[in-house]
Amino acid sequence: MWATTFLLAVREIRRHLLRSFLTILGIVIGVWAVVTMVTLGNGATQAVKQQISALGSNVLQVRPGQGFGRGGGGPQPADFKIEDLDAIRVQIVGVVAVAPLVQSTGTAVYNAANWSTTVNGTNRDYFIAQPWTFTGGRRFTRAEEQAGKAVCIIGNTVRSRLFRGEDPLGKRFRIKNISCEIIGTLAAKGQGGFGNDQDDIVLMPYKAVQRRMTGNRNVRQIMVSVDEAYDTQRVQASLRDLLRERRHLNAEAEDDFNIFDTKQISDTLSGTTQILTSLLGAVAAVSLLVGGIGIMNIMLVSVTERTREIGIRLAIGAVAREVLLQFLVEAVTLSCLGGLLGLLLALVSTILLAPVLKVPFIFDIKINMLAFFFSAMIGVVFGYFPARRAASLNPIEALRHE
Amino acid sequence: MANDVAPGETLISLRGVTKVFGEGSTAFFALKGIDIDITRGDFVAVMGPSGSGKSTAMNILGCLDVPTKGAYRFRGYHVENLERDQRALLRRRYLGFVFQGFNLLARTSALENVELPLVYRGEEKAKRREQAMAALEKVGLAEWWDHTPAELSGGQQQRVAIARAIVTHPEVLLADEPTGNLDTERSLEIMRLLTDLNRDNGITIVMVTHEAEMAAFAHTIIHFRDGLVESIEAKDSVGVKA
Ligand SMILES: Nc1ncnc2c1ncn2[C@@H]1O[C@H](COP(=O)(O)OP(=O)(O)OP(=O)(O)O)[C@@H](O)[C@H]1O
Ligand SMILES: [Mg+2]
Repeated sequence: MWATTFLLAVREIRRHLLRSFLTILGIVIGVWAVVTMVTLGNGATQAVKQQISALGSNVLQVRPGQGFGRGGGGPQPADFKIEDLDAIRVQIVGVVAVAPLVQSTGTAVYNAANWSTTVNGTNRDYFIAQPWTFTGGRRFTRAEEQAGKAVCIIGNTVRSRLFRGEDPLGKRFRIKNISCEIIGTLAAKGQGGFGNDQDDIVLMPYKAVQRRMTGNRNVRQIMVSVDEAYDTQRVQASLRDLLRERRHLNAEAEDDFNIFDTKQISDTLSGTTQILTSLLGAVAAVSLLVGGIGIMNIMLVSVTERTREIGIRLAIGAVAREVLLQFLVEAVTLSCLGGLLGLLLALVSTILLAPVLKVPFIFDIKINMLAFFFSAMIGVVFGYFPARRAASLNPIEALRHE
Repeated sequence: MANDVAPGETLISLRGVTKVFGEGSTAFFALKGIDIDITRGDFVAVMGPSGSGKSTAMNILGCLDVPTKGAYRFRGYHVENLERDQRALLRRRYLGFVFQGFNLLARTSALENVELPLVYRGEEKAKRREQAMAALEKVGLAEWWDHTPAELSGGQQQRVAIARAIVTHPEVLLADEPTGNLDTERSLEIMRLLTDLNRDNGITIVMVTHEAEMAAFAHTIIHFRDGLVESIEAKDSVGVKA
């Protein structure tokens, strides 16, 4: 009976192909919209997370000054010293790595090629705090770090600008009058969360940068990598206390430095995109509902049109439930078809749109199944009323119907 | 309660059956209290002027409708007390219908039209095919099985309708003006078919007709007038009573 009913529904749908298509158009567009929105939204969330985690996972970034913008007026807060890093390493529990960042810019020259880039002076801990992959070579040795030797590791952009196809390992290039030996090359990371090119970078032992480029012993920024097992908030609090003490701030004074918790920012940002995703999804769900009304509309027309057929079926002994089932199955088959078509369209359009919107394509089986289930439910809900009308027809009157 | 009825015994019995359409001042008495008994194996023709209540009575006999008042016993069932779906099951099991307007499913092959009652009986596809083909064979349309009603003549459509009515081997075949739209030649063809079914298969037949020529094939003729049974005329060779 079930198979027969289903076949009957399929045949009825095939008989009115254009009409069936128009009937399910609402569902198709609804499912398409919901799934596309949510899939792209999830992609965006993922993209934000990735960009943030490029800053290092579970890393506290410490900078002098208040927040992002330096508050106007007053003397500029002092940079950190390398002794601050030592203190952090010794006095704060739960710290895995502490890396300084001494920043400078300069034009790198190799043979005829030159390229203006950023130089980051740092230590070996930097590679713990920052997720870099090496395509070749190595980190600085402890000895190189301590001596401040002119050795460097270059990002992918610098490599391609200066060396083109050549293997840079062991070569020397000049930057701000330093002749620097290349000991390592980094894998490309691509664009950062703020539109910056993360690969346009040269890494050197901080002492080399301090001595030969910035000319002072200041440290612009400290990166503190926190052990996963420890509470980042706690570590952040003790870090703050320690720095206040070392910078001789009395109880009333505000912090003259800021601690930027990448994890917290990541959570906040992805929370925001998730809310946006849900909102867009909800708007799209309304269109699904409209699609359901479309199905009900056409099913009612169909019942009227097929009154005589229903009369015949009832007269030869179909019970009400069987007629109800026939129309219900037809409605559900229609709406499921619409759901499938919508999913297909969503798949194609998200695959096409994701690269354009620069978000990763993530196939979310959950939302696909949910949308399909929802469209099937719409068939049941909106098909029920017309089906009941068909089932409750009086056979004699239905037979007389023109 | 629903015992099998032996040939020659009463299968259908109407007592004081009244059918009223509408209510109050617009109430219309289509049947004004009729008593009819039909024995198993009989071939009954129902005649009477237009509007005399023939179709109304047929609908009640066919369990499609219930009397406003009075009793209808069919195989021991008190049909007037049955629910809609219970009556549907009676139709499914024991009754075959041939309607005046053929009432075949459009754009559906003759074979599938004939299969329809078997679908509701829950028969398997292979068995359905076989029985439907046998029924089409019986009405002489086996070669036309894949034609849709639009591709068949009126007489052929009526024969498909008869095949559909007999495919379940019903006890009673109800036909409301089965030859109404057909010329004499085709009408006689249909009548011969009904006579065969009555004689060879022992199917009880109740048929409404306007034409005396067709009624002559029946063993019993019931005349209706103004919602009442005017006369019941039994011919000598009644049914299989012998
Ligand atoms: N559903 C209905 N509502 C109101 N009146 C009805 C209904 N069905 C039948 N009637 C009336 O009942 C009377 C008998 O109708 P019925 O169809 O039984 O006549 P009939 O003997 O079959 O006539 P015909 O030979 O023209 O088919 C008619 O006057 C008709 O108008
Ligand atoms: Mg009539």
